[in-house]
Amino acid sequence: MATIGNFITSAINAFCQPSILFTASCILFYLVFFRWREKFAEKKTLYWMEGSMGVFIFVSCLNPTFRSVVTKPDNIPIVGMLFLVVFFTWLAVHKMVINDRLIDQGLDVENKKEAKELVFTWPDLVFSEFICSIIAWCVLLIWSIVLKAPLEEPANPVETPNPSKAPWYFLGLQEMLVYYDPWLAGVVFPTLIVVGLILIPFIDINPKGNGYYTFKERKFAITSFLFGFLILWILLIIYGTFLRGPNWNFFGPYEVWDLHKLEVLKNVNLSEYLFRSTGLNGGKLPDNPFLREGLGMVLVIGYFVYGTILLQKKWMKNLYEKMGKPRFYILVGLLLSMGALPIKMVLRWLINLKYIVGIPEWFFNI
Amino acid sequence: MPTPKFPESENAITRRDFFNWVVVGWAGFAAAMGGALTAIGRLFFPNITFEPPQQFKAGFPAEYAVNKVDERFKKRYGVWIVRNERGIYCLSTVCTHLGCTPNWLEGEAKFKCPCHGSGFYSTGINFEGPAPRPLERYRIGRSEDGQIAIDKTVKYQFEKGQWNDPSSFLELA
Ligand code: FES
Repeated sequence: MATIGNFITSAINAFCQPSILFTASCILFYLVFFRWREKFAEKKTLYWMEGSMGVFIFVSCLNPTFRSVVTKPDNIPIVGMLFLVVFFTWLAVHKMVINDRLIDQGLDVENKKEAKELVFTWPDLVFSEFICSIIAWCVLLIWSIVLKAPLEEPANPVETPNPSKAPWYFLGLQEMLVYYDPWLAGVVFPTLIVVGLILIPFIDINPKGNGYYTFKERKFAITSFLFGFLILWILLIIYGTFLRGPNWNFFGPYEVWDLHKLEVLKNVNLSEYLFRSTGLNGGKLPDNPFLREGLGMVLVIGYFVYGTILLQKKWMKNLYEKMGKPRFYILVGLLLSMGALPIKMVLRWLINLKYIVGIPEWFFNI
Repeated sequence: MPTPKFPESENAITRRDFFNWVVVGWAGFAAAMGGALTAIGRLFFPNITFEPPQQFKAGFPAEYAVNKVDERFKKRYGVWIVRNERGIYCLSTVCTHLGCTPNWLEGEAKFKCPCHGSGFYSTGINFEGPAPRPLERYRIGRSEDGQIAIDKTVKYQFEKGQWNDPSSFLELA
């Protein structure tokens, strides 16, 4: 019995390694949206998913590490959020599937039908809002009484708690900082995220899917948004909350948070790979940053230039013609920057790559 | 129950008009945020600060064991004092990634940052995680009475070749 338990826990621990979990999530994302959409949209699936998640968490709480992480007052809302994310993703897909079917048959989508059955703001709408707000108040009240606020000692600049975690909604950003220079992960990417979200309605001139759920008519928009949200934001929050322990090492969900866990993370810059392992320039790094980091710079610029050309001429040709130049280039710029994050993560996991372009002299690292 | 009617008005705003207003809205929001942030920026320049002095004496070299990282001044001054076979140097406790304070792990013989996992050797050289450059060193010398004198106003950065500077390292003959 104990051995089976051990086997299962270590299997799950291994599965939660960042690279494996990330790949699995991407595959799952693809399958759900492109292969199993109809199945996923059934009510049964929702019950199964929420139920098995609940059972998994409940049973896993037998494990002391898992229990202490999951029941920490900071983390309880995140556990709740997981259930909500599943529910709302399901709900959207559920409605998409229904509407897509109607559209296929040339019928009005659900919301258009609903729009003909109007109700009054007062009392109908206001009344339900009132009830909702009362429920929300009750939940908050009970929550604040039952779960203690995690107050800590007064701040001390030379004493950083270990591990040091950002508020849960920023853990995605903190995870990003593991792979990118602070200047990029802390300033440029967050700005791009905010600006990109603001720009969506200006870039997107496709009136389809306006006010109703549909997948077939908006495949690209929905996939790219949800990839960013579910994989690059929610999944990274899960990493940061449940799987990062002392010294920001990675821990499987049942692994004891050992302060002295030894993980070899010797990271190497691209330039070091280039010169040290090929013996170029006698195996020594040139002093001139342009010579040293030339390859990295070419790669980064090439990624953006070639990526744009490829999308414009090939993969998104139609979109390019419909949108016009300015919109399209902004879109592609945002898209490629978004793609840069998973690329770098994968490179880190595979070959311990630290920086593609690393010029610490100028605070410029990519 | 009477069914409400929504008259289709002739001067309903168009999608285009709506977005024009959205632009105005964002511009106003950005301006307001800009103003507020400028005001907040003032907080970074307090009229009085309560900081320990930037220059201090750190005792006699004999008080430091060879090949040990000494943490006695970490709390008060934010420095580690390290002695090797040749001499003594003084490392800043600020992680070069985003400024958290790493911990010295004696068993692993490395500084390890709890924020994003950067690791540094006892020399201050970075080898793990995202930190792009080594920890900084402070100016170190002898005062008249023979004690070690540390000056935190002068920093030496490895990547600029400044660790070759004689005052970044206290040579013990
Ligand atoms: S602040 Fe030290 S690793 Fe990020």
